[in-house]
Amino acid sequence: MEITTHDFWTVLHGMGFGALFMLAFSGAFAELYRMSAPGAPSQVSTREQTLLGVYLAAMVILAWLTVLTGTYQIYPWYRAVPPAGVTELAEYPRRLLLSSGKTSEWHNIGMEWKEHAAWLAPIAITMVAYVTMKYRRAIIQHRNMRIGVLGFAVAAFVATGIAGAFGAFLNKYAPIRGGSVIILMGEGK
Amino acid sequence: MSASQNPVGFGEPVEKIPNGPGAAAILAAGIGCAAVGILAFAAEAWRPLANLLNFYGPVGPLSGKTTVAVIVWLVAWFVLSRVWRAKAVAMDKVNLAAFVLLGIGFLLTFPPFWALFLGHR
Repeated sequence: MEITTHDFWTVLHGMGFGALFMLAFSGAFAELYRMSAPGAPSQVSTREQTLLGVYLAAMVILAWLTVLTGTYQIYPWYRAVPPAGVTELAEYPRRLLLSSGKTSEWHNIGMEWKEHAAWLAPIAITMVAYVTMKYRRAIIQHRNMRIGVLGFAVAAFVATGIAGAFGAFLNKYAPIRGGSVIILMGEGK
Repeated sequence: MSASQNPVGFGEPVEKIPNGPGAAAILAAGIGCAAVGILAFAAEAWRPLANLLNFYGPVGPLSGKTTVAVIVWLVAWFVLSRVWRAKAVAMDKVNLAAFVLLGIGFLLTFPPFWALFLGHR
């Protein structure tokens, strides 16, 4: 059983960081709503506040790791330019997509939107974490601030969804290939 | 849009924290998101800007667009938090501005929207 370095980084970016970040939203939404909704307990324990802070901080780290690995580790492989005369484009995903009218919009719309919209998520979730940790239970006194925080949390989720969904489709039509082989089990060939 | 209160730190009793620092973070996030969209659209519309934003060759203009947007976001956050650190601001207006900016960010990163103005997609 083996994997290439490009495959490894793609999995780490998409499943290790991105998917984990996306999954974490369900817990974050539930806890943000529970702690800030009208009628919420006025005395949320310090432990609960600290746990939410750690949880959101972990989401912030995941969000930044996702966009940084995506932009600086994987994207250069995606947009690599084939040498002159090369017609086999399997290791040049962008060129592969653009080589056919049936797949070109996966780049023109999918990748172009994904690569930019993804960056909205870490900006938004960093703010959400900061405000939540700074105000803690006092955020219940600031109704409009709660709306702002929850609105940007939803925006971060949507941006992550756009990036994740297009990332999955792009990896289906033009997967990132190549790199050196890492043998996980067995002796390999 | 503001009324002065006492400045507070990160660990200060929460009930005394004015909404200024939170408002600064929210509005700055909106500014940062709009910056991503504006730079994405501008670089698509004006090729010399895309070349200028090519900070790191393997990544291309995306490196400059995102780096500049993050800098804009952090500078806006720093400036706003300094100005509003001890103030109570009109949070509804801040929210409205932040959500409009966020909407600009989403809209201007959407390639079919570029085609409405640039017409080459």
